[in-house]
Amino acid sequence: MQNIEQELRRFVVDNFLFGQANGHLSNSDSFLDKGIIDSTGVLELVVFLEETYRIKIQDRELVPDNLDSINNLVRFLERKRQLTA
Amino acid sequence: MCGIAGILNFNEKRADPVLLARMAERIRHRGPDDFGIYTDKQMGLAHTRLSIIDLGAGQQPMHNEDKSLSITFNGEIFNYLELRRDLVRKGHKFRTRSDTEVILRLYEEKGEECVQDLNGQWAFAIWDSKRERLFLSRDRLGVRPLFYTVAEGAFVFGSEIKSIFALPNISREIDPVALDQIFTFWVSISPRTIFKNILELPPGHSLTVHRKQVAAQQYWHLDYAEGSKNVGNAAAHEEQYVGELLDLLIDATRIRLRSDVPVGAYVSGGLDSSLVTALAKKFCNSPLKTFSITFDDAEFDESSYQNEVIHFLETDHQEVRCSYEDISHVFPAVIWHTEKPILRTAPAPLYILSGLVQEHGYKVVLTGEGADEMFGGYDIFKEAKIRRFCAAHPQSTTRPLLFRRLYPYQQYLQGQSDAYLRAFFQVWPDELKSDFFSHLPRWELTSKLKLFFSEEIKSQVRSHDGYADLRSTLPPSYSVWDGFCQAQYLETAHLLPGYILSSQGDRVAMAHSVEGRFPFLDYRVVEFAAGIPPHLKMKVLNEKYLLKRCADGLVPPSTRNRPKQPYRAPDGKSFFQGSQLEYVDALLSADRIQQDGLFDSLAVKSLVQKFRQGRAIGVRDNMALIGILSTQLVVEQFVRNCGGKPFYAEHRAGTAPVCR
Repeated sequence: MQNIEQELRRFVVDNFLFGQANGHLSNSDSFLDKGIIDSTGVLELVVFLEETYRIKIQDRELVPDNLDSINNLVRFLERKRQLTA
Repeated sequence: MCGIAGILNFNEKRADPVLLARMAERIRHRGPDDFGIYTDKQMGLAHTRLSIIDLGAGQQPMHNEDKSLSITFNGEIFNYLELRRDLVRKGHKFRTRSDTEVILRLYEEKGEECVQDLNGQWAFAIWDSKRERLFLSRDRLGVRPLFYTVAEGAFVFGSEIKSIFALPNISREIDPVALDQIFTFWVSISPRTIFKNILELPPGHSLTVHRKQVAAQQYWHLDYAEGSKNVGNAAAHEEQYVGELLDLLIDATRIRLRSDVPVGAYVSGGLDSSLVTALAKKFCNSPLKTFSITFDDAEFDESSYQNEVIHFLETDHQEVRCSYEDISHVFPAVIWHTEKPILRTAPAPLYILSGLVQEHGYKVVLTGEGADEMFGGYDIFKEAKIRRFCAAHPQSTTRPLLFRRLYPYQQYLQGQSDAYLRAFFQVWPDELKSDFFSHLPRWELTSKLKLFFSEEIKSQVRSHDGYADLRSTLPPSYSVWDGFCQAQYLETAHLLPGYILSSQGDRVAMAHSVEGRFPFLDYRVVEFAAGIPPHLKMKVLNEKYLLKRCADGLVPPSTRNRPKQPYRAPDGKSFFQGSQLEYVDALLSADRIQQDGLFDSLAVKSLVQKFRQGRAIGVRDNMALIGILSTQLVVEQFVRNCGGKPFYAEHRAGTAPVCR
């Protein structure tokens, strides 16, 4: 899980913050509240998750509860893996 | 239409005609037909002329009989015939048929109050040698530009900043506060410009210079008191509004056809330009000449709507097709003309379009600019309305469904789940109380681009509060206006002059010696529109409702009923097609970014990488790229080099864009 968390963090920092996080992004920070993600950002995130973790994300799963922080993402991926396991 | 410039030395030194000629040369594109310089002791005036009215006479600078008054004027006074008639009645004798002389005589008659009588678009300077007083004025809405500075013991002004920079010893430095404002509001707050110590005369202002004292005064401002008073007034007589507005629009168009050269029109395919074209047609004996842009990229192309309009109105039509490459190709030239950073490429196709107009021998076009601001056309007005509606009942699950009605052209937004849509448009507790409620989402989104600022710029603007700057410019009664009117004010007072009428208007049109005329910006129309109750501008969620009523029968029904599509052009993608562009590589390279010191080189590299990989699709990434690239072009063309020959002239690959 440690690995996944780091991968996700790197993706968010590189892709949405262009390396400018300066240690200000915690695992529980909401991407929406911090203004990190916009409507295309959600799509970019989904493409990354699907390609990196070889999962298929359903439309009904595109909600902040699953995608809006590093913690939420880790939990979401964990659930997806259990489902496919 | 023309270019103006001038120098007023504060000492007794005579104004130098060589310097005046150099200033005029820089803005020759604004007026290639004629050229004039006048010096009177310490005052020097310059003028480059695009002949439109009284082609034979009307040279400038123009004087009264005893040469105690001299004027250099850029623009048009559309009610000059009526003003002339009144002045003749009062005994004034005219030597020309020009509107320039009308201003001069009106100044003799009324002094600085003369501007109240003018209906038009202007920037002018009058030198009153007896009183040793220089008087400058700019039109109410900021159609025509006017910049000035005080440097080296002189007051210097010009239609464009590049003419001021033609003088030696004028500092050319980026103002971090202006950069911060542009990366928030899309514009710097007038009188501030992107360059330190270079100011613009704000719209609706005059300025006097007398013995080293420079004083600007506002002579007109937008007032939404009446519109706010009429909020929800069920008795407001809709039919009467429609009738009066249509009469005004007809007259505003009629006087904008006054010209000694033929007048054409832009057709975008939308309601506003179609209505203007339809009204202009009423006064033309032969088919009206119209011009439009089409796009290779179907996402931006409106040619099917344009075709309906030109067939319906039977115009003599020309169009130019715009590709991604065309945009990247002309972009450096566009920034040479805008003289400021921009966050969208939308001015580039308009630069190409004015080239088409010039190619066909036209100097004047009517356009539909201003209607969205005056009559409530923009999605930002609708967004604010829906967000307020939702905030009133935060528990409602049906109200947020209305967010689907916003920005229908943004496919990624439309694809979102209800939960995300609600989240994107949610109203924060403090927002409802804010007098900037309508615009906070836009400004907050744009402010995210500041993460690209270098540490140095970040530290320089850290203590700066852009909202406080803006608040200090608001009229005293703003706080009691209706929210819809406040949103209209913010669009009209800032984005309209600072971007729409300048970067997307005057500059890219005048780059090819083309003058735009805007019936919706006739001050009578603007004042009338300000008094219309907001519920008649946007009826529930039907934007520009009252204007659509006016357009009934005049434009094709499909034009009237189509959803509003704002004019947009392909942004970042334009710069990453096919082979790499030399100027993009050079200006965005880590070395160059570090040398110029405005942005963080690693962040920029990462952004460019994202574009090269085709992964940058969002609004924010696109605004960031265009903002950074245009800022780097401003630095390159004005700060690093400001020779007579612009950077783009050397970096032009191949020929100019082809008009197909």
